[in-house]
Amino acid sequence: MRVPILKQGDYLIASIQSALSDQELMQLRDDLAEQAGRFRSRGIIIDVTVLDVMDSFACRTLRSIAHILRLRGAQTAIVGIQPEVAFAMVQLGLALGEVQTALDLEEGLALLNQRTKREGSREG
Amino acid sequence: MKDEVRVPVSSGADIVTARLEGRQLAAKAGFNGSDLTVIATAISEVARNIVEYARKGEIVLDIVQDGNKTGLRVEARDDGPGIPNIELAMQDGYSTGRGLGLGLPGTRRLMDEFQIKSNVGQGTTVVATKWIR
Repeated sequence: MRVPILKQGDYLIASIQSALSDQELMQLRDDLAEQAGRFRSRGIIIDVTVLDVMDSFACRTLRSIAHILRLRGAQTAIVGIQPEVAFAMVQLGLALGEVQTALDLEEGLALLNQRTKREGSREG
Repeated sequence: MKDEVRVPVSSGADIVTARLEGRQLAAKAGFNGSDLTVIATAISEVARNIVEYARKGEIVLDIVQDGNKTGLRVEARDDGPGIPNIELAMQDGYSTGRGLGLGLPGTRRLMDEFQIKSNVGQGTTVVATKWIR
């Protein structure tokens, strides 16, 4: 199933609805890269609240999504990593590197507001 | 009644199936929330190794008993190319594939017991067990 991506002002919000296969994660990466350009998005939120597993592949793909979008001039925030998922990630040895994270959607929006404001308005 | 679940693995979708089956069986065995996630994550890693390196194989899940301990055993086996240097493959960050090189060492950290057997040209078998604390 394709992850629905909602456009809200300057932001895109991708809400993952169910466990994702590797192929679906790569589809999300491609969809976000395309839509962020088309809508000239400045911030992207990926909501992973429903994910019960974040393995090395998911982690690497999220990292590359954030990197790709950064190169396209947008900030990414991963929100909703569950406590037990965070625990398993640490045991596995996974790190999200420089990818920004927030507790939930609300915090993620606040984070993006902060980050995109600091960089100044694109029109400015 | 035998609590054994076999999942053939040859695609990304099969990896998801294997970890869902593992989570279900682990819940049936009596594992709690964070252990369920740990087990599902470990299954995901060994199943991905099958798809990535051997293309196809099988995950066998079992509820096991040892004295008064109950656990879940995850066995991942394939007839793939095998691993020439297991010591190297067990090091963090070492990968001959596209991964992060955390699959095998990470799985060992996630589970309580971990064994790997591999013969070049014949295949690889990983057996990992988690016990209920």
